[in-house]
Amino acid sequence: MTATTVLYDVPGPRTVRRHRLYGLIATLVLLAVLAWVIYLLVDTDQFAYRKWMPFEYKGIQTLLLRGLANTLKAFGLAAVFSLALGGVLAAGRLSDHRPVRWLATLVVEFFRAMPVLVMIFFVFVALKVQPLPALVTGLTLYNGSVLAEVFRAGVASVDRGQREAAYSLGLRKTQVMTYVLVPQGVRAMLPAIISQLVVALKDTSLGFLITYEEFLHAGKLIASNLDYDLPFIPVVMVISPVYIGMCMLLSWCANWAAKRQRRSVKTEKVRVAPPGPAAPMPGDTRGS
Amino acid sequence: MDVLTQNFSLYGRGLLGTVELTVYASLLALALGVLMAAFRVAPVASLRAFGTAWVTVLRNTPLTLLFFAVMLGLPRFGLILPFTAFAVLALGCYTSAFICEVVRSGINTVPVGQGEAARSLGMTFEQTLGAVVLPQAFRAVIPPVGSTLIALAKNSAIAGSFSVTELLGTYKPLNEMGYSIVWSFVWIAVGYLLVTLTISAIFTVLEKRWGVPR
Repeated sequence: MTATTVLYDVPGPRTVRRHRLYGLIATLVLLAVLAWVIYLLVDTDQFAYRKWMPFEYKGIQTLLLRGLANTLKAFGLAAVFSLALGGVLAAGRLSDHRPVRWLATLVVEFFRAMPVLVMIFFVFVALKVQPLPALVTGLTLYNGSVLAEVFRAGVASVDRGQREAAYSLGLRKTQVMTYVLVPQGVRAMLPAIISQLVVALKDTSLGFLITYEEFLHAGKLIASNLDYDLPFIPVVMVISPVYIGMCMLLSWCANWAAKRQRRSVKTEKVRVAPPGPAAPMPGDTRGS
Repeated sequence: MDVLTQNFSLYGRGLLGTVELTVYASLLALALGVLMAAFRVAPVASLRAFGTAWVTVLRNTPLTLLFFAVMLGLPRFGLILPFTAFAVLALGCYTSAFICEVVRSGINTVPVGQGEAARSLGMTFEQTLGAVVLPQAFRAVIPPVGSTLIALAKNSAIAGSFSVTELLGTYKPLNEMGYSIVWSFVWIAVGYLLVTLTISAIFTVLEKRWGVPR
């Protein structure tokens, strides 16, 4: 634990003993809850062979893998399109032309205020398109609008002197943006951008609600099969670690980017190659 | 326009369902979130580990998967509740992870010197917490809690697909009755804007009343 927090002093010997007692009690309670959950699982026969049997079949495995591939496909498309849309909308919001700015602001604010599911359903039901385009469109509109705000905040966070210096060197607005502000802004906002991609990845599971054949949908198909005694809990136990693992991997990337950023270039120690035997010069006959 | 006037009660019921879900789930999320935040800053290692695990798992779970697991999974253990209660449970637990992080970072915004000063005046732990730390943390926490609860209201749309009466679900009967789909969605959108703008207005008032610029 960190040395001091705002809440406690560094504990003395008696407090340490008391905390240890609390820790013991808390651990016992948590273990009791865990044991109760496991008891419930066993009691309702969730570990019966018949419920886990389907996962041994080739067909079921391919079904799950195809679902996973569809989820990743939707995520990839949505990520690419929303980054592009975010860039366009951010450019619109930073435009010098007032109508463009207003239009972009209106679009961003509207799509940020709408539940992403409403957009997905609207595209799916009203425009009568296939589930995948509907899902990708909905995700793109929502995440693109959020990313536009992220990009804009990133550009605004760049030190004012950078912009002024670039203008005083005689660069045009487009050049100032593309060469000076956007590279630095994107670098500053990388953690936020990746976090938003985690949201997009999580929201691909909304495709389940419009019958897109993604990972959760594959799970539902297996879970509602009477031949395997409705293996609902086993399916959840198989699917959720995969989802949570994928999202955690991406969140971890965001944390990594944030940590990398906190590292200052100026104070970083420079790695110097350790002294060693020098490479022999051509014509050197002492070595080997 | 006819869509709204002729189906006012249908829309009203939907909007009421969304509001009901949002309010109950918010209360659950706030209670659970504060409890988990307390766990995460506790001096007891096992509670901290539990809080961290709760937050990490729930923040990385798709809400649809959570709904799926709660709505269709819990009945397997013989737990039979109305659909709305299940939806509140799923939404509340999901949002509690985000509330927990907001509250925790709120506590961390209070300078360490405040706690040290309070303790050096001889205040007990309860006094430090209640009179010094929490009032300051509360002020810092208002805006992010507001945006988390707005996100909750938007997320409640998922419940409609799990047989809970709420706003988005109204498109289905309207569609079957042959009304214009586009207009029925326009009024659904207006309904959601109504809910989110109300929450944001409430939190603007709260911030005006309690928030302090730092």
